[in-house]
Amino acid sequence: MAVKSTSLFNGEITRRAIVESFKKLDPRIQFRNPVMFVVYIGSIVTSGLFIQALLGHGEASPGFILAVSLWLWFTVLFANFAEAMAEGRGKAQADTLRRARRDTAAKKLAEARRDAAVQSVSATTLRKGDILIAEAGDLIAADGEVIEGVASVDESAITGESAPVIRESGGDRSSVTGGTRVLSDWLIIRVACNPGETFLDRMIAMVEGAKRQKTPNEIALNILLAKLTIIFLLATVTLLPFSIYAVNAAGHGVPVPFTVLVALLVCLIPTTIGGLLSAIGIAGMDRMIQKNVIATSGRAVEAAGNVDVLLLDKTGTITLGNRQAVNFIPASGVTAEQLADAAQLSSFADETPEGRSIVVLAKDRYKLRGRELGSMNAQFIPFTAQTRMSGVDLDGRKIRKGAADAIAAYVTQLGGEYKSSIASAVDDIARRGGTPLAVADGPNVLGIIELKDIVKGGIKERFAELRRMGIKTVMITGDNPLTAAAIAAEAGVDDFLAQATPETKLQLIREYQQGGRLVAMTGDGTNDAPALAQADVAVAMNSGTQAAKEAGNMVDLDSNPTKLIEVIETGKQLLMTRGSLTTFSIANDVSKYFAIIPAIFAGIYPAMQRLNIMHLATPASAIMSAVIFNALIIIILIPLALRGVKYRPMPAGKLLLQNILLYGVGGLIVPFIGIKLINMALVTMHLA
Amino acid sequence: MTPNAWIQMGVFLLVLVALVKPLGAFMARVYEGRPCGLDKPVGWMERLTYRLAGIKPDQPMNWKTYAIAVLLFNLLGGLVVYGLQRLQGSLPLNPEHLGAVSPDLAWNTAISFISNTDWQSYNGETTVSYLTQMLGLTVQNFVSAATGMAVLVALIRGIRGKQTENIGNFWVDLVRSTLYILLPLSFILALALVSQGVVQTLAPYKKVSLIQPIRYTQSTTNAAGKSVNQTVWVKHQILPLGPAASQIAIKQLGTNGGGFFGVNSAHPFENPNPISNFLEVLAILLIPAALCYTFGRMVGDTRQGWAIFAAMMIIFVPLMVGCVWAEHAGNPKFAALGVNQSPSALMSGGNMEGKETRFGVTDSAIWAAATTAASNGSVNSMHDSYTPLGGLVPMWLMELGEVIFGGVGSGLYGMLMFVIVAVFIAGLMVGRTPEYLGKKIEAFEMKMATICVLVPPAMVLMMTAIACVTVMGTSAIENPGAHGFSEILYWASSVGNNNGSAFAGLSTNTVFYNIAGGIVMWISRYFLIVPTLALAGALARKKQIPVSSGTLPTHDALFAGWLVATVVLIGALTFLPALALGPIVEYLHLWH
Repeated sequence: MAVKSTSLFNGEITRRAIVESFKKLDPRIQFRNPVMFVVYIGSIVTSGLFIQALLGHGEASPGFILAVSLWLWFTVLFANFAEAMAEGRGKAQADTLRRARRDTAAKKLAEARRDAAVQSVSATTLRKGDILIAEAGDLIAADGEVIEGVASVDESAITGESAPVIRESGGDRSSVTGGTRVLSDWLIIRVACNPGETFLDRMIAMVEGAKRQKTPNEIALNILLAKLTIIFLLATVTLLPFSIYAVNAAGHGVPVPFTVLVALLVCLIPTTIGGLLSAIGIAGMDRMIQKNVIATSGRAVEAAGNVDVLLLDKTGTITLGNRQAVNFIPASGVTAEQLADAAQLSSFADETPEGRSIVVLAKDRYKLRGRELGSMNAQFIPFTAQTRMSGVDLDGRKIRKGAADAIAAYVTQLGGEYKSSIASAVDDIARRGGTPLAVADGPNVLGIIELKDIVKGGIKERFAELRRMGIKTVMITGDNPLTAAAIAAEAGVDDFLAQATPETKLQLIREYQQGGRLVAMTGDGTNDAPALAQADVAVAMNSGTQAAKEAGNMVDLDSNPTKLIEVIETGKQLLMTRGSLTTFSIANDVSKYFAIIPAIFAGIYPAMQRLNIMHLATPASAIMSAVIFNALIIIILIPLALRGVKYRPMPAGKLLLQNILLYGVGGLIVPFIGIKLINMALVTMHLA
Repeated sequence: MTPNAWIQMGVFLLVLVALVKPLGAFMARVYEGRPCGLDKPVGWMERLTYRLAGIKPDQPMNWKTYAIAVLLFNLLGGLVVYGLQRLQGSLPLNPEHLGAVSPDLAWNTAISFISNTDWQSYNGETTVSYLTQMLGLTVQNFVSAATGMAVLVALIRGIRGKQTENIGNFWVDLVRSTLYILLPLSFILALALVSQGVVQTLAPYKKVSLIQPIRYTQSTTNAAGKSVNQTVWVKHQILPLGPAASQIAIKQLGTNGGGFFGVNSAHPFENPNPISNFLEVLAILLIPAALCYTFGRMVGDTRQGWAIFAAMMIIFVPLMVGCVWAEHAGNPKFAALGVNQSPSALMSGGNMEGKETRFGVTDSAIWAAATTAASNGSVNSMHDSYTPLGGLVPMWLMELGEVIFGGVGSGLYGMLMFVIVAVFIAGLMVGRTPEYLGKKIEAFEMKMATICVLVPPAMVLMMTAIACVTVMGTSAIENPGAHGFSEILYWASSVGNNNGSAFAGLSTNTVFYNIAGGIVMWISRYFLIVPTLALAGALARKKQIPVSSGTLPTHDALFAGWLVATVVLIGALTFLPALALGPIVEYLHLWH
């Protein structure tokens, strides 16, 4: 999927959103959001009052009622617009995805054999369990599992990554996605799902927000907002009897008009957060997609913010995928150069990353360049599982490198000696978390090459960051405990699970969950599936197996295990945006009271004018200014809602202080300025 | 303000703070069933009570069973109080031969006393017999307070429970609250009060001769139908007596507030001198304040309790100082009349209207703030006569939901509901599903907490609205204008938050005020208790989440400040319009 980070107010999306904001005036849609529904009803009531005023029975001047009514409608429309903008961004991405889901012809096989009878059918008729063949140039018609063959596949339609990937039967690279193209060779595929349930279909549904359900925190927040709305509804409605009493007591003035009560109510109820709430939720999922992570539910995104324990695979996440040579330890009587030379010779033909790292290390340390091996009459001995050695025969030398015990057996057989000093060096390396490779020239052991896991650059800092966020990191590895401990210490993880098996992984997750913690993990293999299903936040690699993808609740299109950290940050950002805007919204009310209360009671008790600390021009202009501010603030905060508030890892207490100062104290002050400015503008335009 | 005022406030607060830890720790021991020092003298009574009542003290209760027990027990209490009032004419211990109390007043009084409100539409010395006072009202003074404490303890057990249904046993909590805490403290306080001259007797009212007989003119109609003026000499006075000290002790300690005599602690037999006054005002806040420490102890982190205590103090102290200041500032109308309002060696100065000369402005205003911060409601001066801002303080303290100390038990569980709301918003702001003391705050908890936060202000606003536009409401007002509105608002705030203090100036012994007040007190008490217990049950069932640096700290100054902001903001936003039409406009009119 070609996900570009679209600019926030893209012209096409904005145009569509404007149309959508009007369509969303449907009462059935409005009813879903209790806060905005109150504004909606208020708009209808004031519109009715305007018509009444036009007919000559108005409680206030028609112009004033119309102005209030219009701005209330704007408030509703602005909230609709925010939601439509968030949805629009998702829809734009869905359209891109849809282009990948063209109706392709599929080559259906009668049996799972390369030479079985081929029948051409439409992709939409394929059912789970059908067998397909895809050859070079074919689009893969459905999601499935490779059961035979190896091929390079262009998955750019899904991942946006242009380099082709290898898909083969067995192992962890056996899953293929519908809509991708086979570039070379062929694959026999078993279809994994029925039409409409494919990965692509689910992604489209997700990004469109079509099946969006409210997340647990969103529900709880909605309850709070609804209750606050009820409190403010009572505080406003009771003002009518209160003012009737006051009019009787003061002997002059009129009770507060309905229009003003509705205006006050709308200003007080938390419309800022109420109007932006669903936009924040949709935008949270959207930000995940921008990071090339597809979450299967909003609940998963939210859960990501709560993660306390992070399980990370060692290989590929904490360490670079492969071990590298870091040191040559010569046997007594051998120089390091001699050892490096022999090691390099034995590794020229070794295309494994370990082999290449030996050549590079010898070159870097001892300036040993590549030599013309052809002239030396070299014969390479490849690695086999039986000998557990590889090497080269040249000019009568028989250079071998391999596991220490294999080399020991080799030299002993040739009548050489495997010295105890070598054996102790081997033990030393293992204890440090490295892997020893012995090098022998005929019956003589020349020394040891130390291979080591290379911890990724910057990972230690990331883990320190996570610790500050209160997240514990656990490294999962198949290594023995000694090696695992050494790497864990070097990478700075909090804990490790050595000699991990699918069972011990699952067990570990359950233990953490029993202790009340939320666990996140990444995985790609089929054997990761049970643990992925158990984890609270489970990110499956897109390159992984179908089983892993089914078990997880997120899929990372980039197949980058470090992505988990960003996933957590996005989850936190989502919650923080909601909390901060709630605080802001409620803090705003203080200034609105100072604008509206003197205005509505000044007719009854002129002394109330002393509370008009903002010196707003007239009572009507004061009420208008508050209503306009209340509507405009929604529009102004849309970018914040879509982008999310800034998150930097720090302890919760510091984070809270920062957000209280910004959104709480800021929320108290900003509207005083805003309302005053709007009032001045109204005066300048002779509207006050 | 005088240095004397600062010293008095300082001493009051210091003694209060000093008592929080020892009493709080003692109460934690009582509720955890650990040795507390009273096991020998009181333990046998406890066991006897269990045997007589057939209580199985080890039987656990889930929240529903607990709630049913609370409601049944309170229903029974209500029926007893109602019955005693209606039948007191034919029951013993009625030396003044007081007749049956009217049904609406009996209903109001029954609800008032079981709900720990102790709103008094009646006048003690002219309405209720000694038997009703002792068996009905005094008993409820104990058990309604104990009910509040039991519900709090159940909530604490819910917070610290780990995936359990059990939130304790209501009967045990009730009995232990009464026998180990309320009875011994009341006993000590009653003795101290008797030593200061508070009456405690079962003798009939005394008729005494006046040292200075007084004379007044009365106009009557003679046989011929003509109006004539007649001079009347008063040579005797009836002194009402009764078992006052014992009831006063528990009325103060149990945040009840229902005075033995009509004018409550302004009466010289209830509160004869500054020492008795100090003891009584201290007793108002003692248990609610100490329960904060008990809470911290029981949840295993005393800092949590201190944070809540600090939040309460941050709101209480400025408001108390403000009230004392406003009363010391005096009344400009008096100043215009040439009344001397400046303090001197012989008088306290300031606005002395409605205050006792033996207490002066400072002790009266401290009491006013304390009695409305806690949902006590006893008075030693008439709040109706306070300056507008001085009167705003007690009114607003009640409107905050009686969570600044509040009622015994009920104040803290009310405050914990605000804590849950505060934790929820703060938790979101740090990017995690909010949790409090290891328990996740989710939709259900939010629903229960917001019901508790919503019900009292809803009651207050609705009752004020009804009373201020209906004849049955406004006819009770004795002062016209904005002050009349303040009187109604004060009444509604008092019954709607189970405080029970009266602003006076409102004749509430009418069918409307009695019945409406009874309904409001009932709703404000039990529509909070049931959700609180439901919340306790829900929390008890949850897993305990371990603390990490990503957990929102709820024991530090920042959180205490945030809690203060939440309580104040909700209180201010809900009541600002109403207060504007009452005390605020009165203030604007008085000082211009």
